[in-house]
Amino acid sequence: MGDFTFFLETTISGLMTGVMYSLVALGFVLIFKASGIFNFAQGVMCLFAALTLVGLMEKFGLPAWLAIIATIGVMIVLAWLIERFVLQYMVSQSPIILFMATIGLAYVLEGVGDLMWGSDVKLLDIGLPQGASDWMLDNFNIYVEKLELVAGVVAAAMVAVLAVFFQKTRIGRALRAVADDHQAALSVGISLRTIWVIVWSVAGIVALVTGIMWGSKSGVQFSLSLIALKALPVLILGGFTSIPGAIVGGLIIGVGEKWAEIYVGSLVGGAIENWFAYVLALMFLLVRPQGLFGEKIIERV
Amino acid sequence: MTEHSKKIGDPLLKVDNISLGFGGVQALSNISFEIREHEILAIIGPNGAGKTSMLNVINGFYHPQQGTITFRGEVRRAMRPYIAARQGIARTFQNVALFKGMSTLDNIMTGRNLRMQSNFFWQILHYGPARREEIEHRRRVEEIIDFLEIQAIRRVPVGKLPYGLQKRVELARALAMEPELLLLDEPMAGMNVEEKEDMSRFILDVNEQFGTTIALIEHDMGVVMDISDRVVVLDYGRKLADGTPDEVRGNQGVIDAYLGVPHE
Amino acid sequence: MLYREAGQFKTSYEADQAVFPIRQDRWVIAVVLIVALAAVPLVIEDYWTNAVMLPFLVYALAALGLNILVGYCGQISLGTGGFMAVGAFAAFKLTTMFPGMNLIAVLLLSGLVTAGVGVVFGLPSLRIKGFYLAVATLAAQFFLVWLFNKVEWFYNYNATGQITMPPREIFGFLVTGPAAKPAVKYLFALSFVIVFAVVAKNLVRGRIGRMWMSIRDMDIAAELIGVRPLHSKLSAFAVSSFYIGVAGGLLFTVWLGAAEVTEAFGIDKSFLVLFMVIIGGLGSVLGSFLGAGFLVLMPILLKNFMVGGLGISPVVAKHVEITTMGVLIILFLIVEPHGLARLWQITKEKLRLWPFPY
Ligand SMILES: Nc1ncnc2c1ncn2[C@@H]1O[C@H](COP(=O)(O)OP(=O)(O)O)[C@@H](O)[C@H]1O
Ligand SMILES: [Mg+2]
Repeated sequence: MGDFTFFLETTISGLMTGVMYSLVALGFVLIFKASGIFNFAQGVMCLFAALTLVGLMEKFGLPAWLAIIATIGVMIVLAWLIERFVLQYMVSQSPIILFMATIGLAYVLEGVGDLMWGSDVKLLDIGLPQGASDWMLDNFNIYVEKLELVAGVVAAAMVAVLAVFFQKTRIGRALRAVADDHQAALSVGISLRTIWVIVWSVAGIVALVTGIMWGSKSGVQFSLSLIALKALPVLILGGFTSIPGAIVGGLIIGVGEKWAEIYVGSLVGGAIENWFAYVLALMFLLVRPQGLFGEKIIERV
Repeated sequence: MTEHSKKIGDPLLKVDNISLGFGGVQALSNISFEIREHEILAIIGPNGAGKTSMLNVINGFYHPQQGTITFRGEVRRAMRPYIAARQGIARTFQNVALFKGMSTLDNIMTGRNLRMQSNFFWQILHYGPARREEIEHRRRVEEIIDFLEIQAIRRVPVGKLPYGLQKRVELARALAMEPELLLLDEPMAGMNVEEKEDMSRFILDVNEQFGTTIALIEHDMGVVMDISDRVVVLDYGRKLADGTPDEVRGNQGVIDAYLGVPHE
Repeated sequence: MLYREAGQFKTSYEADQAVFPIRQDRWVIAVVLIVALAAVPLVIEDYWTNAVMLPFLVYALAALGLNILVGYCGQISLGTGGFMAVGAFAAFKLTTMFPGMNLIAVLLLSGLVTAGVGVVFGLPSLRIKGFYLAVATLAAQFFLVWLFNKVEWFYNYNATGQITMPPREIFGFLVTGPAAKPAVKYLFALSFVIVFAVVAKNLVRGRIGRMWMSIRDMDIAAELIGVRPLHSKLSAFAVSSFYIGVAGGLLFTVWLGAAEVTEAFGIDKSFLVLFMVIIGGLGSVLGSFLGAGFLVLMPILLKNFMVGGLGISPVVAKHVEITTMGVLIILFLIVEPHGLARLWQITKEKLRLWPFPY
């Protein structure tokens, strides 16, 4: 029975990490869907948002809620700057050039973030509950971090809000239209440039949420930007354009990685979490080339 | 037309009972016809009739659920496109599919790749057989360039060429393969009258001078009646008629289903 | 009219297909070669060798390799760091297992080993394309670095996990180890780069290059004219990885002499080389050199300017450097997405008309 409890704890912990991956992947998908840009800076955006939040709280003594609002503001301004100074000039470039530009952007954000707030490890405490959840311990005899539960709930809420945003609001529908057809988006009456600013803002806010969750758990430091790398296999698994794909893919990768770490990792010397997810995603592709939710496409000529 | 029919020989390729579907769409149902040696066969039909799909099946790019293709006496169910190419089937595309980043010359030279033999070692040195081969094939390519009158655009990246010329370069690339069977998917789409005349002349010349068997898809009925020896009519994935242009023109089913209604 | 073609009639297809059909290009290349082979070795000292020339040569070779894959065959790879690691560790194992083996043989074999590994990690390219493939190649990056970290056999059970190159001679000259002379190291690396640049040029202007480019530009049409996708993509992965492996081998044996895998071959290396290819020019042999030169020199200049010139503290300078690099890269991609090779092309066109600009 102890084995099973352990298995459950592992699974839950994997799910919680997976939720984090889902969030990062969601940031990727949003931007890719709306503009065809593979935004490599998504991970650094998480770091940048978390750094800004901590900086505002520490250096300016803002209360957490105010700092969060201010950081949202910063992320929106950032989105606007990115559109104004980068994207605007690159509309017709090939995808690989746009991709490289976002790597350049990642450098800039990393450098600026460090210059403004310093590159030492910072604690992020916005008052999220810490420690083990007594309730889970008492009722199920399972050890789960409260923070992880909160992260799970917040991520789920985030996804729900985004779903409503995309399905129900005018802007959301325009965003979905632009993914399919730029002309269609124009007919909704919103300019492409505005849409890009909105999409990058939303991705920035998703990055902030991710940054808060991850930062509360392990502090804010450069390595935060690396979770983006761990979230990338989610994209192969779930597809670059599928929001449900990002969510389910994130969970699969999170859990798969934890299981592998514990049941396989020990056999080969550990630390396999860096690449295991990629191998998992690739194996999956061999069986189902169209990914989780993609339809089988037959190319035409 | 009579001068063509004289040399027309045995069936080169036979299509037997081919059916092909995509999910709900039945692109081809039980299609059978043959392409005879040295002839020009036109495949006509309204948009979405399954003409391109038919060529794709012959090419091995689509795999039919049912039926067989017999090429030079060899029966096959499915095949890979590059094997079809190896056996002497060349192709142009409805929406030009050139290698955009390469020059006209390189595009056509790529059509010769299959015939180039020199191994990796000589390629590395670009010497000996590799070099001789490159020069020899360049000579052949220049003949095609002269034949299609595209000398002036040799060095131009094909992405920069106007549409009509792109179609011509695509034909050149296919000819460079020295195919036995040439499939042309709407070679004259989007061209003006003059360009169409040029293209018709090239197609007839290829057929006459090299004896190449040609199957082409075309919407312009005037052109079809002019240059083809036989016509196959498709509609909604079914075959409506098959015969000489005059026979097809007189076929009531064709008149009702296709010629009567406006098409693109 | 420095670059004048007029009067240079090409009398045969042979002349027309030469590497440098224009006479002035041949002159430029001759001068560059003479300077690189004869003049530079006379004046070069330690700092220039280790900080500029060797990095430039090593990265130019790696960029050449990556350009074959990305620029010519159209397959994006983010695994360059990992493949360089394969080259480095193969070179290390070969030198220590067979102490008598000639260094040239060691490096070529390391390239072959890397080519094999590259083919294995290139297999997904048959099923997935574009960014899906790019992400998949990260698997190679992370797995390989992990492997060379975890499996002690690769670094001969050394406690630090670091590999160190023993001294080796070529024709009686010491090429590796701390006692090797800068000029010797430089010339050794340079010869590799020259030979492989010529090979690359030969490959891309012939049948194989056209095969790669056809897959890059329109894979379906390529297959319908008889190009085998499997064969083309894997051959590009093999040749590309071979180059990158030799570059990794040179990096370890000749340039650094010692390496620790996470530090020397991390994912930042993958990006660095990809940037070189893009800033230099996709699908251009010359571009690989220009890109490598640009990205090797730029940080040095920036750092010297800030720390030496402005007196900024090195830590802050590091952040400013990263930021500036990012800004420069973005700026560059906006202004000339086709890279330095294209700029050179345009300059040449201008020179051709000079001094009559019409
Ligand atoms: N790759 C494909 N996937 C799904 N449907 C296809 C595909 N290729 C063709 N079809 C469908 O098959 C039918 C015939 O198409 P096509 O052969 O292109 O017609 P035509 O060339 O006569 O205009 C159409 O309904 C088309 O939508
Ligand atoms: Mg069609």
